[in-house]
Amino acid sequence: MMFKARVEVTLKKGHIDPEGETTARLLKELGYDVKSVNVSKVFNIILKADSNEEAEAQVEEMCRRLLANPTKDNYIYSVEEVE
Amino acid sequence: MKREEIRVLLMRVGGTNCDKETQRAFLELGAQADVFHINQIMRDKEKFLEYDALVFPGGFSYGDYVRAGAIWAKWIIAKLGREIKRFIAEEKPIIGICNGFQVLVEMGVLPAFNGISEHPEAALATNFPPGYNCRWVYIRHENHGNCVFTRRIAKNMVLRIPVAHSEGRFTFPKERENVCLERLIENDQLVFRYCHSDGKPAENVYPANPNGSFYDIAGICNREGTVLGLMPHPERAFYWWQQPDWTKRKFLPQYGDGKLILEGMLRYLEQKF
Repeated sequence: MMFKARVEVTLKKGHIDPEGETTARLLKELGYDVKSVNVSKVFNIILKADSNEEAEAQVEEMCRRLLANPTKDNYIYSVEEVE
Repeated sequence: MKREEIRVLLMRVGGTNCDKETQRAFLELGAQADVFHINQIMRDKEKFLEYDALVFPGGFSYGDYVRAGAIWAKWIIAKLGREIKRFIAEEKPIIGICNGFQVLVEMGVLPAFNGISEHPEAALATNFPPGYNCRWVYIRHENHGNCVFTRRIAKNMVLRIPVAHSEGRFTFPKERENVCLERLIENDQLVFRYCHSDGKPAENVYPANPNGSFYDIAGICNREGTVLGLMPHPERAFYWWQQPDWTKRKFLPQYGDGKLILEGMLRYLEQKF
């Protein structure tokens, strides 16, 4: 079975986001009433697994092993079967 | 072990840099130094263990994708983890410079409060102020003798060495920041802090602290003192003519401050093995 996972890695609360702050500053200069910008990283992954549970377990492991650094990152993901 | 018998291995992958400069510095100091691509090393893992010291050079390994140093770090742990652990257990020195420091942190080899950690215990996050910073900085030696690379450097000595990175802001988990700092100091794992030219702490003020690092941290070692990671590039401050003001000064010593760190590693090997 094939699955599509969407993983979003965000900064944990309390960690400064230089990319977000710089982006917010420019958006304000462009005339938008922007209060803040938080930058996150999205990984769209196509993977093979025998069940939805197994696909989720694999994605969870991917997050822990590579996609996020627990020192500063949070992550959320969704998994759905695809044809 | 005699100086000329010491064999240093500099590892290379797509995106690493300064490997040749580092090799030249070790050759100048009288050691043997080889640069090998990781694929060459994988063909003969036993040969890898014949080396006496390991260098993770600077650069942007694998394009800094995912996070700086993350891909190379996880690759090494998966494919060469057993050998790296043996290298560390034998108390052979490992130095990670700039991207190499990021790799060692992502590998869990630094700070490794309770031995090599499964997940990173720290991070080298995006610089604050944002952007790539390439400049000469001052760093103060903070170690009390645990770090084998800096045993011959006086405590509080100020070194001038350049940095060149976008992701060098040393960070601990926010909720355990102070506890981790206490452990770092207690274990004598703190090695270098960014400072002003007179040695006063940078106190997180740019540009003395070029990246917003917590507690002005520029370099740390593991508990055993045999693994060192630092953002500044000692190999770029090795010769007198690499220094930015060499045309203005009448008398310059033959070498820059970077030599102290690289030679410190060789002196350790001479004494230990």
